[in-house]
Amino acid sequence: MIPRVFADAVFCLTITNRLYNVLAMLDLDTAFAALSDPTRRAILGRLALGEQTVMELAQPFDMSQPAISKHLRVLESAGLIARRIEGAKRPCRLAKGGVEAIDQWLAMLRKALASNYDRLDALLADMKPPKRRRGR
Amino acid sequence: MSKLILTTEGEKYVVVTRRFGAPPKTVYQAHTEPKLIQKWMLGPEGWSMPVCICEAKPKGKIRYEWANAKGAGFHLTGEFIELQPYRRIVHVERMHLPDATPDNHIETKFEPDGAGTLLTMRMTLPDIETRTRMLSSGMERGMEASYVRLEGMI
Repeated sequence: MIPRVFADAVFCLTITNRLYNVLAMLDLDTAFAALSDPTRRAILGRLALGEQTVMELAQPFDMSQPAISKHLRVLESAGLIARRIEGAKRPCRLAKGGVEAIDQWLAMLRKALASNYDRLDALLADMKPPKRRRGR
Repeated sequence: MSKLILTTEGEKYVVVTRRFGAPPKTVYQAHTEPKLIQKWMLGPEGWSMPVCICEAKPKGKIRYEWANAKGAGFHLTGEFIELQPYRRIVHVERMHLPDATPDNHIETKFEPDGAGTLLTMRMTLPDIETRTRMLSSGMERGMEASYVRLEGMI
């Protein structure tokens, strides 16, 4: 039996991956790769109890905070967790529910548009007619 | 160039703004001429657009096909509604994955900004009812496979 929270996290991820345009370009495997690691699954399990800071998450594991942070980045880029900024802390929570699905979609839309527009900048620079320099 | 700004307007719209260092005419052309579109509208690294149809006139057709090196691909279709050369484009588009996503209604504005252009793109988000429907159909079709894979891992 799958714990409900995992189901929610994967559900949310699946719908965003399947149904929104930009996501067609992204690899669904990123999410499953993120879930393939036991520490990361344990982190998700702990987050199922509620929001936690990196320090709180690192406690039960025999791991440094940077190591935990690295796992959190993987989970975050796979869309499985969400983080917010609270002073110097960045508490994590499970990403689930429709609103967060939309937030994730927006984040990925932003990413795809940003790469498009960076390429467009380069193209526009090429399209500029060569300026004639006036002799000085 | 200035960074992209992406905001939501209520529940329904996403508004994207971005400045470019070229005049509106040039930026507009880059949005309407297939040969130019194919050079930049590619999403994440690794994708190309082998097919680009863009009939920049009212009721003109849009068809973009993307492909990657792994042999994956998908396409988008759409129609132009209104074009005001070098200033404004209104069109609808939908992705085919392969099922069509709901129509996305998009207004793109090109405003002079010093020597450059301020681009504003306003697009519609699927409404709550559509999102709910997408969620439930996604669950029916996609979840079983995910659960099976997940069960293997936990």
